[in-house]
Amino acid sequence: MTATAALDRAANTSPATTEPVLVARGLTKRYGDVLAVDAVDLEVHPGEVYGFLGPNGAGKTTTMRMLLGLIRPTAGTATVLGHRPGSPQALAEVGALVESPGFYPYLSGHDNLRVLARYSGTPSYRIGAVLELVDLAGRAGDRFSTYSLGMKQRLGVAAALLKNPRLLILDEPTNGLDPAGMAEMRELVRRLGEEGRAVLLSSHLLGEVQQVCDRIGIIAGGRIVTESTVSELRGQADLVVVAEPLSQAHQVIAGLVGDGAVAQQGDALRCQVPAQQVAEVNRALVSAGIDVTELRREEKSLEEVFLNLTGSGTTTGSEAANEGGSHVG
Amino acid sequence: MLASVGAEWMKLRKRPSTWVLGGVWLAMLVFFAYVLPYLTADSDTGPEAAGALASTLPAELVGNAVAGYALFGGALALILGALSAGSEYGWGTVKTALTQGPGRLNVLGGMLAALGLALVGMVVLTFAVSAGASAIVASIESAPYAWPPVADIVTGMAGGWLVLAMFALAGVALGTATRGTSMAIGLGLVWVFVVEGLIRASASALEFLDTVQRALPGVNGGSLTAALGARTVEEGGAPGVSTLISGGQATLVVAVLAAGFALVAGWLQRARDVV
Repeated sequence: MTATAALDRAANTSPATTEPVLVARGLTKRYGDVLAVDAVDLEVHPGEVYGFLGPNGAGKTTTMRMLLGLIRPTAGTATVLGHRPGSPQALAEVGALVESPGFYPYLSGHDNLRVLARYSGTPSYRIGAVLELVDLAGRAGDRFSTYSLGMKQRLGVAAALLKNPRLLILDEPTNGLDPAGMAEMRELVRRLGEEGRAVLLSSHLLGEVQQVCDRIGIIAGGRIVTESTVSELRGQADLVVVAEPLSQAHQVIAGLVGDGAVAQQGDALRCQVPAQQVAEVNRALVSAGIDVTELRREEKSLEEVFLNLTGSGTTTGSEAANEGGSHVG
Repeated sequence: MLASVGAEWMKLRKRPSTWVLGGVWLAMLVFFAYVLPYLTADSDTGPEAAGALASTLPAELVGNAVAGYALFGGALALILGALSAGSEYGWGTVKTALTQGPGRLNVLGGMLAALGLALVGMVVLTFAVSAGASAIVASIESAPYAWPPVADIVTGMAGGWLVLAMFALAGVALGTATRGTSMAIGLGLVWVFVVEGLIRASASALEFLDTVQRALPGVNGGSLTAALGARTVEEGGAPGVSTLISGGQATLVVAVLAAGFALVAGWLQRARDVV
């Protein structure tokens, strides 16, 4: 992807507004006895990258399909840019990539976008711009069937950007991309948010969500179990202290922050200490003649938070390991 | 709607199977409607041979061009319709198209219009190739170039298009209903080549089956082509062509069936979740 390529956003950027571009209230989808999505409430604001995180089968894609009008909800309501999901008015300013990118295998990448541009009434000059943006311009004339998985995914993102949308709904957009492509995709998503677009992004990569999203909704069993910013979810970092003698260090720190905020964990102390008080703790320990061998702040990982909230197992695949993220599901 | 027609037309025009089906149809037309009868006439001297030769001459243009629509042409049109609708599910392009925002029925309407347009091209090509083949036969046999009246040709084209459109719409309805191509084409061909034949064969023995067969797509398509001038099976013509039903009634039933298939496809497209 060419990082320098830019979308001509100025053409249809609406004035900044605090009104959410996407609102869902009690959105529910039931298939017979199976409750796929259970009373999901959701708000996404302009310029916000909202991460939709959950294990496979949690209801992420079903929710996205309901927001695009592909699936009718069993109960609940939603508005997309103030309109009914799936209505031409709503979709006029929504770009979407849902699950695997669906294109005509016998058409070239360029012709596939021409077809989509005709459906949406998008001017054809946009095709070259979005192909450039996802670094597919050089292979635009080749048949879609000859594309690699990563190229297909990038064409899917190009299609989502074709209408120069105010809201992007991207379902696992980094699927099939190599590490460099994933990094570029994250950069692109971040940039789209900075340009004032709203992005609803689902992912199974915790690291990816952590790096890109402003807010996260964790969904499990069809329900949103929590919704917050990454830093709020991870909470305040603990201070880990390794010192000798440990019992004396315990007393000194407890005297500063209270006994309830200090706990022994093996041969270290785990303390809830505000960041601005860490230096004071260090000084107090040294003044008391205690040998401090380690003093570090340790944040909870998003994976820990996720596991606590969903009780779901995680696996760390090679792809996730490459990216420093965990693979949920 | 025009935007969707443009998108669908581009897809149909660039799709290799569209041209393969068209090519197969024209090859069948030339071989079975002209080459085979001519060779038969050339190797025999009886009344059948004379009839076979006469069928290839310019005067029989309309009947010869539309004769195959009731069975083979209809089957190919059904395949075209099933491929157009069913592939969208197989490739996952339904969601891609619908999220562009034209509306579900708008997309379907575009597809039907593009198919209708393609069938117009198919009918025009059929008549052009038939005219060329019969002109060659007339030239070889030093027979007169006695072309049918223009009004008959136009009527033949319109009637032939209606038969093909009915089968194509049946294919669209099957492709949409089964969300795929294989099952849709399989079911469609089994219906055209097997089920209708069995019902026809049993109709003389069971009265209610005689009533049923008068509503069948193939029977009405065959009766319409017969009314347009195609020779019946009994006259040595193409399979499926019969005079069981009058031309007027057959035209009406074919039109109603076509509309019915379109309504089924539209209802399915509008009502069902895209999963």
